[in-house]
Amino acid sequence: MATPRVRRSTAALGSTVLATALLLTACSSSGGTGSKDSADGKVTLTVDLFGTFGFKEAGLYDEYMKLHPNVTIKQTDTQDEGQYWQALQTKLAGGGGLADIQGLEVGRVASVVKKQADKFTDLKTLGIGDVNDGLVDWKGAAIKTADGKVLGAGTDIGPEAICYRTDLFKAAGLPTDRTELAAKWSTWQGYLDLGKQYAAKAEAGNAWTDSAAGMFTAEVGQQKVRYSDESGKAVYDSSPAVQTAWADATKLVADGLSAKLAQWTPEWNKAFTTGKFATLSCPAWMIGYIKGQAGEGATGKWDIAAGPGKTGNWGGSYLAIPRTAKHPKEAAELIKWLNAKEQQATLFTKQGSFPSSTGAQEAIKDVKDPYFNNAPIGQIFSESAKAMPAQVLGTDDGVIGKAFTDALGEVERTNTAPDTAWKHALDNVKKANGN
Amino acid sequence: MALSSTARLPAAKSAGPAGRTRRRLAPYGFLAPFFVLFAAFGLFPLLYTAYVSLHRVELQTSEQMDWLGLQNYTRLLDDPFFWNALRNTFTIGVLSTVPQLLIALGLAHLLNYRLRGRTFFRVAMLMPYATSVAAATLVFAQLFGRDYGLINWTLSSLRIHPVDWQASTWASQFGVSAIVTWRWTGYNALIYLAGMQSIPGELYESAAVDGASRWQQFRHVTIPGLRPTIVFTVVVSTIGATQLFGEPLLYEGNSGGGISHQYQTLGLYLYEQGWTFFHLGRAAAVAWVMFLLIVVLALLNAAIAARRNRTDR
Repeated sequence: MATPRVRRSTAALGSTVLATALLLTACSSSGGTGSKDSADGKVTLTVDLFGTFGFKEAGLYDEYMKLHPNVTIKQTDTQDEGQYWQALQTKLAGGGGLADIQGLEVGRVASVVKKQADKFTDLKTLGIGDVNDGLVDWKGAAIKTADGKVLGAGTDIGPEAICYRTDLFKAAGLPTDRTELAAKWSTWQGYLDLGKQYAAKAEAGNAWTDSAAGMFTAEVGQQKVRYSDESGKAVYDSSPAVQTAWADATKLVADGLSAKLAQWTPEWNKAFTTGKFATLSCPAWMIGYIKGQAGEGATGKWDIAAGPGKTGNWGGSYLAIPRTAKHPKEAAELIKWLNAKEQQATLFTKQGSFPSSTGAQEAIKDVKDPYFNNAPIGQIFSESAKAMPAQVLGTDDGVIGKAFTDALGEVERTNTAPDTAWKHALDNVKKANGN
Repeated sequence: MALSSTARLPAAKSAGPAGRTRRRLAPYGFLAPFFVLFAAFGLFPLLYTAYVSLHRVELQTSEQMDWLGLQNYTRLLDDPFFWNALRNTFTIGVLSTVPQLLIALGLAHLLNYRLRGRTFFRVAMLMPYATSVAAATLVFAQLFGRDYGLINWTLSSLRIHPVDWQASTWASQFGVSAIVTWRWTGYNALIYLAGMQSIPGELYESAAVDGASRWQQFRHVTIPGLRPTIVFTVVVSTIGATQLFGEPLLYEGNSGGGISHQYQTLGLYLYEQGWTFFHLGRAAAVAWVMFLLIVVLALLNAAIAARRNRTDR
């Protein structure tokens, strides 16, 4: 009687221990996206990105793997940069689960440079310290620490334009020629005026643009000083860039020109196919996004013209190698190759991501995009990039930007008075930073 | 009782002192895995969270901890966003728990009758509970979509003005509550059903003989018989409502709980402090406040239940 019971208890204990062990190993293995390599010198490089960088879509990984048969590239992707950034921060704090190459958005690099320089590898130690040399000046400077460490390699930048629907313009009796339009909306006021003309003739429920947030972000992106000044002092509540953009964006709402959509949500994505809005603030990388959302069926319906002010920067990215990367050497080689001007040019031609390499910018000047009625995207974005200010980047740009676009959402969707919403935005920034 | 009777078994007598010690220790051995796991994954994090909550800790520089004392807690009391989250947690909790338990009670009552195919209905009840929060929320978010959602489409075809289910305060809280209600109603109904089946059938029979209608039977036999079960579901639902997180997070994909924080619950507020703004110390303080709140609510529930029981006798 005693023996079987003892045996049973040992078995139970044994299985519990086993279950615990399994649980623990499951935890640790799921924590690592790191790669396992066989002994024959084969290397699996992991790349973790947000949004659509387009390397895979443009066939660059395939080409690289053909050139380096021992390398396999595995990419993971989070659509929303906000979520990606949160996950990245958690992994950096925990020290596990990081890929060999991690993408960084330009709005975050000031934070990385000031607070997390020790968590990324100095690219100089991997022999590619010169990787940002051929880029526009500010791009490389933004990712350099005060003591000269190079924490990442610049990929694209976000010169601005306006994308618009020619079919909807025609139906509302507006001109569809891009030079004519660019002249009419050479200022944001001109853009609003043309919007009013459109709204008078367009079908009900068919707005001029997607959101006040899109216009606000584009307009803020045209100034050198936005949310903090050169000394790092927060000026988001007093900077003319923010104030005029806020005034224009709330005017847009008051005139009933916004479709009141929240960007990056499923409702917004759907609206690309239904024609709920006629224009969209369009940084170069948005081209790839429109193609992805509107699909092949919308070929020829969209066009691009130079936007108000004919310049501005919205977004752009970097590639960095975390300290814990398993294959820093190989990762550095891949970054160097991806970042070379030939590859940046291919990326623009196929995906629309505008190169930060000046050499590539020379090469793509004549690119036209058949999806956008053969619009000369190379020329339009090159001119926008040429006049682009060297933006001052603050550590909290991401959080501040979201506070203002959320507040604009309140103005357009809950009829909050602009002054009240402005106060909400300031409260929200304080909530994020205050001690 | 059971233990002393096994001790009297002949086989047990033949075992030596070593066997007896082993037998006395065996229950502890069986319990140990739970307590070891609880200590590692429950108690330690709880205490460490308390320790963290007394410091300034930022996720981006988490090695660095500055002693703050109770400042993280006092700061919370000054923070209008904390009170907003507390209020939202309460209103969403009421909006979801009350209808959920009432509907569950009604459904359980119906399922308690002899129905054709009732096993099917009982299993079907549990399906929403088996669905993942993420999947359910994403489907509901589509239904509640402002421009292309099924609900607004129905409203506008009935010539009722469509509602912005995400931006408006009450509508968004109602939307989140609807997901919670949908997921948990069946689960509670099954618990009620189990409780109902332990009520002796004779009570219903004699009530029926006395001429009680079904509604009267429900009020005077079922409800009193179910009281302990109801207390249990109320406690569990209250705890669940206080910790509400997944549904509001995924409802619109806005980690701040909407553009005006109109449906930001305490769980989301904690998440925003810790993983959007990276203030781990403050997030830990919120976690402890939530923990204490749940303890207080559970004690309150128990006290009310105990009082009810006493007055009944």
